[in-house]
Amino acid sequence: MDTNQYMEMFLEESREHLQSLNDGLLGLESNPEDLSILNEIFRNAHTIKGMSATMGYTKIAELTHDMENVLDLLRKEQLKVTEDIVDVLFKCVDSLEQMIESVGGGGAEDIVDVSEFAAKLNTIANGGTLTAAASPTPAAAAEPAAPVSKAMALTDTDRNVIQEAKNSGLRVYHITVTLTDTCLLKSARSYMVMNALDELGDVIKSVPPAEDLEQEKFDHSFELIIVTDAEGKALEDAVLSISEIANVTVVNIDDEKAAAAPAVSAAKAAAPVSTAAAPAPAAKAAVVAASKKTLVGSADKKLKSGQSVRVDIEKLDSLLNLVGELVINKVRLEQIGITHRLTELTETLEQMDRVTTDLQSVVMKVRMVPVGQVFNRFPRMVRDLAKELNKEINLTIEGEETELDRTVIDEIGDPLMHLLRNSLDHGVEHPDDREAKGKPRTGEVGLIARHEGNNVVIMVTDDGKGIDADVIRKKAVEKAIITQEEADNLDDAEAVRLVFLPGFSTAEVITDVSGRGVGMDVVRSKIEALGGHVDVETKIDEGSIFKIKLPLTLAIIQALLVKVQEEMYAIPLGSIDSTINITPDNIKTVQNKEVIVLRGQIIPIIRLGRLLNVPQSDDKKNEDIFVVVVHLGDRKAGIVVDNLIGQQEIVIKTLGKLLAGLKVISGATVLGDGRVALILDVSALM
Amino acid sequence: MAKADKKNIIEGEIQVVAFKLRKEEYGFNILNVQEIKGLTDITRVPFASDFIKGVINLRGSVLPVIDLKKRLGLQETEYTENTRIVIVKVDEVSVGMIVDAVTEVITLDGAHVDTTKAVDNESSRFITGIGKLNDRLIIMLDLGAIVGLQDDAK
Repeated sequence: MDTNQYMEMFLEESREHLQSLNDGLLGLESNPEDLSILNEIFRNAHTIKGMSATMGYTKIAELTHDMENVLDLLRKEQLKVTEDIVDVLFKCVDSLEQMIESVGGGGAEDIVDVSEFAAKLNTIANGGTLTAAASPTPAAAAEPAAPVSKAMALTDTDRNVIQEAKNSGLRVYHITVTLTDTCLLKSARSYMVMNALDELGDVIKSVPPAEDLEQEKFDHSFELIIVTDAEGKALEDAVLSISEIANVTVVNIDDEKAAAAPAVSAAKAAAPVSTAAAPAPAAKAAVVAASKKTLVGSADKKLKSGQSVRVDIEKLDSLLNLVGELVINKVRLEQIGITHRLTELTETLEQMDRVTTDLQSVVMKVRMVPVGQVFNRFPRMVRDLAKELNKEINLTIEGEETELDRTVIDEIGDPLMHLLRNSLDHGVEHPDDREAKGKPRTGEVGLIARHEGNNVVIMVTDDGKGIDADVIRKKAVEKAIITQEEADNLDDAEAVRLVFLPGFSTAEVITDVSGRGVGMDVVRSKIEALGGHVDVETKIDEGSIFKIKLPLTLAIIQALLVKVQEEMYAIPLGSIDSTINITPDNIKTVQNKEVIVLRGQIIPIIRLGRLLNVPQSDDKKNEDIFVVVVHLGDRKAGIVVDNLIGQQEIVIKTLGKLLAGLKVISGATVLGDGRVALILDVSALM
Repeated sequence: MAKADKKNIIEGEIQVVAFKLRKEEYGFNILNVQEIKGLTDITRVPFASDFIKGVINLRGSVLPVIDLKKRLGLQETEYTENTRIVIVKVDEVSVGMIVDAVTEVITLDGAHVDTTKAVDNESSRFITGIGKLNDRLIIMLDLGAIVGLQDDAK
């Protein structure tokens, strides 16, 4: 069977299931008693097993099968969840991940030796089964010879329904349907089976549940309980009339025997038939109502998950580019309308403006992904790292629903991982040290995302020992990054920021975890490449906060265009407080720095012309001075410009590799008249 | 020496976009050239290397422009109506090159391109060889070195 075309799907879905396996195991570790988590984990492992078996990856299937055995014992409470078991399961998940990635890259699946884990799993499983009767997994039911699984555990409600049906003379059958191994449209087949059976009676229960069947979350077989007045043979024939069905067993459930595993009849073997009495309509109605309820429930859930389409990110990029071009042309048309006073044109353009704005926001929204996609891999990493470092860490994640542009999401993972490792390794102290300081033994590490104006802020916080500014100063001088004199002139906050300079690592002992001298500067350059900004606040023995500020979108922003001599610059509106008009004598000097006083606040001013070395063509003195007051966090600055042109939406273009890493300039944009204006990076100005 | 020379000989024919910088004639391999356009508005970029004249708008994308004379250490001259921007693509990066005039596209026989470094000075690292066509000498330029992405690689 050619399964290549399903490869992409297999990889995507396997990754999703691995992620939820990871999440589930983490949850299980803190709530070992929680059966719903166990069931979820079991389902994930089971699905991976099913998919990999279909794809012909036997090694992956075998490992998941062994995991499943252990998980099954756990969820039947024949085995207690212990740390050892969770550890082994975690390692299995890691191996699975490697195998699946290897397969995805066209490699072999057996790149990791799993025999050790398999052996461990088997020991655990066997140890558990010594006390309990051997109970086959639902997967085992896939084999035709297997007895009807106990997984079809009947709840009291089910028994009541069955009892009631029996009382009213209806028959209850337990049906096991096995699809052929080559069946690719399992959900469709299961749906057809359900449909066929629904015509004959009411399916009151299915294992796995109906919604899982729809999403192909089952191996090759599933079990049903049906209340009907038809005979077993009729049911069997109905199911067998559907193609790609390998095997069907229909067993009449006798209430006394419901708990015991009934004998299996091979396919097409005559099922036990009991004599039928006339059905009592009232009881049947009750059964119908009950089954309808379950159907409605699953339909609701399906609606919630919504319909979605996977789209190549490149297509979205080109869509965004086209919208960008549209915006540029719209602005150009607006200018033509204004210059030639064409009211009709301007009116039409106003309409068009509304459409393009909507279009833009839709395109932007399409590209937005919740930051949780990146965050969700950290709990596992933090857990492993904490164990390795012998520290006790509690990771709190907030705001994982905050959305960011896809390109940012793809890039932000590594810097965040580095910051987290840093907090764990250098920030949070050993439990004993913490106790000695009067802190709780468990260190708190936080990963928090939230909106702040036109930006998204992601913070990595810890309540560890903080960063000692004096140590940083000393190190910086030792490593000849700055001179002693420079070091003395830095205030504490500035000194701490030295950690972001290349070649800086304060760790006394270089560990595997972090600190090889290539740390924070890489974080900073990566974040700045994304148009973001990283800063740190710290207090000795209270902890540190690393704050990453990222632009919400990378593409289209509102900006104020300003002019310096003949050059045009764009300042993102998000960082502008206000624009003011002052005279030269409003400018005072404090410590040789020019400042203005605005509403009682002293604000340093920056003369843009001088800062950017704009060629001076004429010197206009003693005129009105335009100041654009910008802010970054709590800090403010006034940018002195020659003229304010106006507010405009601009499409951000990168300056390319050749001009990457420029100070003060974060990008460029094409104006309505076709000229290029540069975008100022406000954070670099301050 | 003779053997070493042979190694440096370019096989087959190459097509070259020839252009002038002051009195001398230079060339880019045509495979690197995307288009040639007249001088347009160039926006100065503060803090960029001095040989980067600025950025231009090429149908909606922003491209850096290099003043080739400045890059090669030649004396700068005023731009004239013959001044052209040659858009080249090297290592996946598109860059504009300001030249005094574009003369023609010529075909050089690989055997007529001398790749030994005849002159050894500051700008020789930008030169891949000297092509001979009749009595004309065409200095072949190494675009990778001119754009300088390798040197600045972090």
